[in-house]
Amino acid sequence: MKPPPFEYFAPTTIEEALDLLDEHGWDAKPLAGGQSLIPTLNFRLAQPAVLVDLNNISDLFYVRPGINGSVRIGAMARHSQVERDALIAERVPLVHEAIPLIAHAQIRNRGTFGGSLAHNDPAAELPAVTLALDGRLRVRSLSRERWVPAGEFFLGLFATALEPDELLVEVEVPALPPRSGWAIREMARRPGDFALLGVTAVITLDDENECQAARLVFFSTGGEDPTDARQAAEVLIGEAPTPDVIRATAETAASEDIDPTGDIHASAEYRRHLAKVLACQALEQALERVTTGALY
Amino acid sequence: MTTRYLGKPIKRNEDPQLLTGQAQFVDDVDLPEMLHVAFKRSDYAHARIVSVDVEAAKAMPGVIAVYVAEDLGDYWQPSPLLVPPPPAQHVVFNERTAGQLAKDKVRLVGEPIAMVIARSRYLAEDAAETIFVQYEPLDPVMDLEAALAEDSALVHEGVGSNVAAHVIQEKGSYETARAEADVVVSRRMLYDRGASAPMETRGVVAHYDALSQELVVWDSTQAPIPIRNGLASMLGLSERQVRVIAPFVGGGFGPKIMMFYPEETLIPWAAIRLERPVKWIEDRREHFYATTQERSQLHDSEIALTRDGKILGMKDVFLHDTGAYIPYGLTVPLNTQCTLLGPYVVPHYYSEFRAIFTNKTIVTPYRGAGRQQGVFVMERLLDLAAKEMEMDPLELRRQNFIPPDQFPWNNEIIYQDFSELTYDSGDYEPILDKAMDMIGWEDFRENEQPRLRAEGKHVGIGLVMYVEGTGIGPYEGARVHVESSGKVTVVTGVGTQGQGHYTSFAQVVAEALGVPPEDIAVTTGDTGQFDWGTGTFASRGAVVAGSAIHAAAEMVREKAIQHAAEHLEAREEDIELADGFAQVRGSPDARVSLAELAANANPLRGAVRPGTEPGLEATAYFGPEMGATANGAHAIILEVDPETFDVKVHRYVVVHDCGTLINPLIVAGQVHGGVAQGLGNAFYEQLVYDDASGQLLNASFMDYLLPTSETVPRVEVGHEETPSPLNPLGVKGAGEAGAIPVGPAFAQAIEDALADTDIEILEIPLSPNRLFEIVRRATTET
Repeated sequence: MKPPPFEYFAPTTIEEALDLLDEHGWDAKPLAGGQSLIPTLNFRLAQPAVLVDLNNISDLFYVRPGINGSVRIGAMARHSQVERDALIAERVPLVHEAIPLIAHAQIRNRGTFGGSLAHNDPAAELPAVTLALDGRLRVRSLSRERWVPAGEFFLGLFATALEPDELLVEVEVPALPPRSGWAIREMARRPGDFALLGVTAVITLDDENECQAARLVFFSTGGEDPTDARQAAEVLIGEAPTPDVIRATAETAASEDIDPTGDIHASAEYRRHLAKVLACQALEQALERVTTGALY
Repeated sequence: MTTRYLGKPIKRNEDPQLLTGQAQFVDDVDLPEMLHVAFKRSDYAHARIVSVDVEAAKAMPGVIAVYVAEDLGDYWQPSPLLVPPPPAQHVVFNERTAGQLAKDKVRLVGEPIAMVIARSRYLAEDAAETIFVQYEPLDPVMDLEAALAEDSALVHEGVGSNVAAHVIQEKGSYETARAEADVVVSRRMLYDRGASAPMETRGVVAHYDALSQELVVWDSTQAPIPIRNGLASMLGLSERQVRVIAPFVGGGFGPKIMMFYPEETLIPWAAIRLERPVKWIEDRREHFYATTQERSQLHDSEIALTRDGKILGMKDVFLHDTGAYIPYGLTVPLNTQCTLLGPYVVPHYYSEFRAIFTNKTIVTPYRGAGRQQGVFVMERLLDLAAKEMEMDPLELRRQNFIPPDQFPWNNEIIYQDFSELTYDSGDYEPILDKAMDMIGWEDFRENEQPRLRAEGKHVGIGLVMYVEGTGIGPYEGARVHVESSGKVTVVTGVGTQGQGHYTSFAQVVAEALGVPPEDIAVTTGDTGQFDWGTGTFASRGAVVAGSAIHAAAEMVREKAIQHAAEHLEAREEDIELADGFAQVRGSPDARVSLAELAANANPLRGAVRPGTEPGLEATAYFGPEMGATANGAHAIILEVDPETFDVKVHRYVVVHDCGTLINPLIVAGQVHGGVAQGLGNAFYEQLVYDDASGQLLNASFMDYLLPTSETVPRVEVGHEETPSPLNPLGVKGAGEAGAIPVGPAFAQAIEDALADTDIEILEIPLSPNRLFEIVRRATTET
């Protein structure tokens, strides 16, 4: 379990990193926290010729307030940094609640927000959360910079909108409108494991207490996650969120929106069952948070 | 007044060294000019090898040598059979063991084909990757029943079938019992395969010094002395030329008593050939293939009882997965066969098993070593019988206990040590009572469970009993020596893998010599220090080595008293040993230190009486006539989430009788660790194979789930002490007890928690996914 040979660069500025990506293209792989990439190398499942280590680029490690109550998270902000950040807890509490579900403390000390999004593991929490919150991602290459909405960034299994010469440098997560509630639920074999299935829910009610906006995003369904359950959201939007409506929403999500597959830990049937159970729980909790106005 | 050291819960002598990273493990051995090994291992579970091309690997930078089977010449040998088949009534045994490197055929994924030696492990792995093996794939033999089909592929063509062994043992006549029975319950049960997953994987470093012609081998093994003896013989060296050191070992659990692993004979061979130190450390992925595993068995079992709950007989016919070879003989299935009877009177017993060759990793004992499966079958059948008879399951057990005045109790079948399976001692009812009391059985049933159920919670309770054969022979030895500083050294042959030997053995000596345990240095597992003995396995360290140490310490005690009596001009019977001194009882001023006695006993000049042995030193050996039988009860309270089918263990109680306790803290630690492994076995750990390709699908800790500190509850331990009459200390083994009966306790509690679904748990391991399936099947069928 030793990695194959690779060339290693440790730039100290974003520009240097972009230079290297420009030069090596597909042969290069940026190294963020290394919590996925290093095992992949040690298993020799990937053999990039060049590693561009981002850990010395001090400009990428931050959490800052953005406009209109949003937060801006540097791509190299460690999970543990985000987890403990007061601004995150206040402005985007769903992110605050999702981070402890990621692996263990030691892994969160190394793993990074941007790394998780750029890797887009279908079992990861942060792509689903970023999608549910309609975050947007700032991407740079030597020649250009662009903002990519989360809905256009995640393109399927370990696939994103990033070009080989591009680097994800920042994520902006907007604040939720008033009268919103949110929740994240997952079932993992042991605390810290990848979920057998997970879901995050965001609901906004109008003055009539009817559902104005709803997002239900699944991860670890065994499909091309994160999966935005749009049909389920349609069931909920415009309705008063009664227990029956919530159940129907969860059932639609489980039967229509997701296309689970089985693996050694969970069959497709069990995943579908979990999807319904967890979606119900997440929606109920999100709703409770709207009505009580509770942040935590 | 002399201080007592035996039975005291003192903290472990070895822990400061271990906890501060000062303890030496095999991978800490770093020698100048050392070379590193990587293996090219089979990609297939079952295939003929057409050709192996190592030319590219040989040309890689930093590569010193690449060897395939043909390069070994006469050194290529199938590994010796470690345990021959028993002299039981009906035994067929087809011996097949593996050579160091695969020759014509590979029989499991990970079987070594070529050994690459390079300047670093990185370079060795790069080179191994370039080795091209041309295979002709064969159908893998994966399923135990399908392996017996006429048209099944054969793991070993020469055997003519996939049957590695067939054994029948009988006591009385089960058919007679069945004819007389009012109630017969039969079920099919499955216990699947897991890995022991020690924190430290295996590893070997070998260094041959051409000048002194001495070979030193550091090996993460449980049996350094047999490794030394075998290596000397295989390499054509004298036993004096080979020293094997098992330094600190990060967990053994049985697979490190398997010998010889191919790496254990290949690394020393290469070190001699290349005249450079050679190191191989098994990586975690290799460990999932190359280190032995255990547990898959498929049982068809039946119990026959009278209407009022008296066991008349048991019948158990099972298939045992032995993997691709059978180097460890029949220890595991024999243990299953013999442990199944448990603490119960079973007048008639028919037990038959077939060990089956499969294209999977080799099976050898892993903590419990077949006992789990037997206990699972018996305890599950008792639960199911109790349900059918509408009896209290604990009352059913109580009615069938072997009465305490019936020991020694002979079960009339042959055990793994080839003696008749005989329990030396035991008293089971107090164990059951104490376990019920500690878990709060009555209160839970009458108050807590109804209350929680009313809240919609699915909580269940389980309690099972077991016996465990421990402390088998043949023998161990030890030398105890008082140095002229007054410090005491103890050396013994068994290796130590975390059992606390440096403390419990020190306590045995402390008791005899009146020296505090912290002044007693124990050395284990170095053939340069002591080279008679077999190893650490079968919960025998404290029993067998402990008794040898006790005997040696008593001899030193006698010597010290003789010398002191002479020195103090007192009668021997008036001398007592305490706090490092020999003193005249009642006259504490008349005393002499053990240090002075030791110095006097080793004079530099002058004459001694003819026949005098120098020093305060003695060597002794101990071999029990048979194993000592420990026993106990496990009780559990757990909660099942009826929606996700996740399980949370709320409480876990173990009441354990391993005879006289040397150190209750260490025994509790052994039990805690065992329960953790047992819970892993019950709910987390399962090796999952793809039957079509023969590939293991979860060869990493991402997918092979070990229990963690967050999933294992605090284990409450109660001790009972029924001394064994088989050794002077009265001790029985404690190493495996924690792991053995967790499966049936867990299963019983799950059924209880989900009583509204009427499910039966007839398999281990479980998982939320599997519980979902079982419940769904039960609810759609009814």
